[in-house]
This record gives sequence, structure tokens and C-alpha cells, in this order.
Amino acid sequence: MASLKDLRNRIASVKSTQKITSAMKMVAAAKLRRAQEQAEAARPYAERMDRMLGSLAASLQGRAGVSPMLAGTGDDRTHLLIAVTSDRGLCGGFNTAIVRRTRQMAAELTDAGKTVKILCVGRKGRDLLRRDWGDAIVGSYTDIGRRRLGFEDADAIAGKVTEMFEAGEFDVCTMIYNRFKSVISQIVTAQQLIPFALPESGAEESGAGASAAVYSYEPDEAEILADLLPRNLAVQVFRGLLESAASEHGARMSAMDNATRNAGDMIKDLTLTYNRTRQAQITKELIEIISGAEAL
Amino acid sequence: MADEKVEFELVSPERLLSSEAADMVVVPGAEGDFGVLPRHSLLISGVRTGVIQVWNDNAVTDRIFVAGGFCEVTGERCTVLAEEAVRVEDIDRDAIEAELKDLREDADDAKTPEERAAVEMRIATREAMLAAAA
Repeated sequence: MASLKDLRNRIASVKSTQKITSAMKMVAAAKLRRAQEQAEAARPYAERMDRMLGSLAASLQGRAGVSPMLAGTGDDRTHLLIAVTSDRGLCGGFNTAIVRRTRQMAAELTDAGKTVKILCVGRKGRDLLRRDWGDAIVGSYTDIGRRRLGFEDADAIAGKVTEMFEAGEFDVCTMIYNRFKSVISQIVTAQQLIPFALPESGAEESGAGASAAVYSYEPDEAEILADLLPRNLAVQVFRGLLESAASEHGARMSAMDNATRNAGDMIKDLTLTYNRTRQAQITKELIEIISGAEAL
Repeated sequence: MADEKVEFELVSPERLLSSEAADMVVVPGAEGDFGVLPRHSLLISGVRTGVIQVWNDNAVTDRIFVAGGFCEVTGERCTVLAEEAVRVEDIDRDAIEAELKDLREDADDAKTPEERAAVEMRIATREAMLAAAA
């Protein structure tokens, strides 16, 4: 049986933990709102970019000498996986989900006889993947969006990816990130970035196909495409980063909410035990006094 | 014809900067400035660094500085995807001059040619921004 003093100390420490977790929850909630706003603000750009690229790609379809970023290198031996995680922990299954998916994909690809390279975004992913896929990691980014996630961050990552692609270091690039669905649910998503996967909805196809025939281009298609593709890559990465940031704060918020609730339960239990022990002790002391008096 | 308008949209990666109806939009295209009126033919063009003018009732109602990007024109819409965009009246000259000074120092400190080129590109953009504000 723990002594009263021990119990008191336990209660005090759980209480201070609860204070921290509830403060973290508030912070996460505030950050989440900002991240969500930012993600929403970035959406129009990505949508328009998709539309433009869709019509361009449709007009270039079947033509020879299309940029390999769009059409692929005609090979799929080397895969680059971009694992987007957070820098900090205490956000529930957020990082482990990404890492698990990355491991699984890497293992599948390796089993299929392909080479896997991993680019880590976020300190947690790097630390977790370093143990078993250390050799596959070709680079990592940390401290991204510490203050505010800017397009430059995405641009830097996309620049590196483009550089590697042009140097022929990989054939297929997939980004694995948490897509923000709601505060309590984030969906691990693997999105193929290179070669660019066109949206395959029928309406899109026919719409783009119909309008593509009459577009004029200034300068010509190929040149615009050469500009647009790396740009699109950066936009996609940016979108992934934003989604991931919103997911991180959402995950942290619900994790901290749980932790605060658990701490509350624990405090309740401990206080109960504490009071019972205290009462038992008082009773014991009384009995001792009474029996002492009676013995006289 | 006179009451027909172009839906002008300007988006930067970080936000939707402007979405309005206009009589005419003048865009600094990669191969020269072009004006977009309603029922313009379909066009996709690169955009160079410069100022977009939005015209309404024979006067410029909005001037927006853009640093490169793309522009898609359809009969009723003109969408500009800018890499960087600021309203001309929002350009803060002092802030940019301070930034320019920093950038020039960076350019002197740059170690690799790539670094220097990147910084120089930013300097050029800032200078163009100042020129636009003047």
C-alpha cells in the first residue's frame, strides 16, 4: 500500500501533466484553425493548376517527345517515396501511420525487385525510418513550417525532387502524407507525383478533350509544359505539406484531449484511494487510542 | 456587348488574391502584354514579371504586381496563376528596400553560382516591384 505522501505526490504530478496536455490541446486547436485556413486558401491555386495541366496534357496526348515528367521514363525500377511526417511527437498515431505505410510500401517494392529511395520530411519520420531503412534515405527535411508553412518550403523540396529526377535517380515518385478529413480522422494517402497522374474522371476527360483542341499557346505547348510541370510538382508537394500540417494539429488535438481525459480519470481514482487510505489511517489511529484507553 | 464582363481571377499558391468581373484585363504575357476582353479566344500563356491591369469603365481600377506564372484565358474567364502577387498599392517600399539590402549582402556571401543566381533572381523581382510602385 502506497503511503499518503506517495499518493499526494502522484496526484500532484498527474495534475501538472493534465495542465500541460490541456494547454497543448488549446495550442493545437489554435494552430489547427490556422492550418486549415491556409489549406483552404491554397486550394483554388491547385485546382486551377490541375485544370490547366489537364487541358495541356490532353492536347499533347500521343505526341512523341513529351516531357518524361508527364509520361514517365518508361521504366519503374527505382521508386522514390516522400514520407511527410511532423517534427514533433505527442500526436497519437499520426507519424506511426505514415511510417508504417512507408515501410510496407518499401518492403513490397523491394520484394518486387525494385530499388527504393526515401526522402523524409519531418524529424519523426527520419528518426523512425533510420533504423531499418537507413540506407534508403536519400535526404531529409526538418523544421519545415515551424513558424508558417510557406510555398518556398514546398519549392525547395520539389526542386530537389526535380533535380534528382533529371539526374535519372528514380523513375516513379510517390508522396505519402496524412490527408486531413476531420479532427478525429486523418487518412494516410499515397499520391503519385511523377509521372503525373491525370485525374481520370470521365467528365474531366471529355471536358478537357473538347476544349484542348482550340487552345492557343504562348509560347508553345512544350515550353509551357516544361515550366508548368515542375511548378505543378511544387504545388502538389505544397498541398501535401498543408494537409499534413492540418492533420498533425488535428491528431495532436485529439491525442491531447484523450490524455487530458485520462489524466482526469486517474486523478479521480487516485483521490479516491487517497481519501480511503486517509480514513483507514484515522480509523486505525482512533482504534489504537481507544484500545489504549480501555486497557488502562 | 458593353455589359459583358470577363471573370478575372488571380491566385497565388498561398491564397486567392482577387476574383472580380472586369471590362478588360491586361496581362504581361511571356511574349508581350495582351488585353483580355470578353469572348477572347482560348489561350494559355506564360506570364512574365510585371503588372496586371484591371480595367473598368475605361479606367484602371486595380493594378497587381505579379512575378511570373501562367495565365489561362477562355471566353468568359481569365485566370492567372502567379508565383508571387501583390497589389501595387500594398507594396511597402521601405520593407522592400530593406529586403533588397539584405539580398545584396546575401549575393555577396553566396558561395555557389546556383545560390547567387537564386538570390539575383529575387533581387530582380524586388527591383521590378519597386519600379512598379514608383
